[in-house]
Amino acid sequence: MKIKEIVSLTNGSLITGEENLEQLIERAFSSDLMSDVLTVRSDKLLLLTGLVNIQAIRTAEMSDICCVVFVRNKKVSEEMVNIARENRIAIIQTPYSMFKASGILYSAGIQPVY
Amino acid sequence: MQMHFEYSVEGGNFSQAGLTSSQVKKTLKQLNVNGAVIKRTVVALYEAEVNIVAHAYGGTILVDIDEEKIVIELRDEGPGIEDIGKTMEIGYSTATPEVREMGFGAGMGLSNMNNNSDLLEITSEVGKGTCVKIINHFKDDNNGNK
Repeated sequence: MKIKEIVSLTNGSLITGEENLEQLIERAFSSDLMSDVLTVRSDKLLLLTGLVNIQAIRTAEMSDICCVVFVRNKKVSEEMVNIARENRIAIIQTPYSMFKASGILYSAGIQPVY
Repeated sequence: MQMHFEYSVEGGNFSQAGLTSSQVKKTLKQLNVNGAVIKRTVVALYEAEVNIVAHAYGGTILVDIDEEKIVIELRDEGPGIEDIGKTMEIGYSTATPEVREMGFGAGMGLSNMNNNSDLLEITSEVGKGTCVKIINHFKDDNNGNK
């Protein structure tokens, strides 16, 4: 599924990452625990999280995650956007809860990691 | 080819945690190192870097790269580790609530580091500090086998 479809399915706003919109996502991982995210080796991975801080973006950078969805419309700082932009990571903000956003994407065909 | 880098890490400064790992990742990418090896290396390094920020007063990260491998040494000044064996147990953590709020401190860091390095050596002196050495070879024959 393309990132632009993820934006639309989650009723989200794209905060940064215009150039990522056509990129393909195959799997998603929903977690607020970054150590757990760092164990995942899948490619074309999407991260859904409620943890809104620089470490969420740094974790995405280290794990080659090209798109992060922040749930419940949590505010993304300018510093987070800058680091994401520098590393070509798309940020989506959705009003949905982690459960709802994950459920919608799962039903639409995004695969789980485990 | 022989490259040497040194970075300093400030204890408690969470906004800077990951900066060294980010710089090392960019260097390895420029050197066209295998993507899977880069990922394993920076995941191990990032966990170790976060540990300095979370537990120590400060530290230095020394990185040496040659044609075959990357050797990373993280030396910190801090409380040290009393029982290194115990820290390898999944779920064991001495992290503060602040560290947990950052998405770490669940007792997974050291096993993550171990799973993502060809060689991991930890030495520590209580009251002085900890030294973590990570070696990863660029020939990707260990990936996923450890």
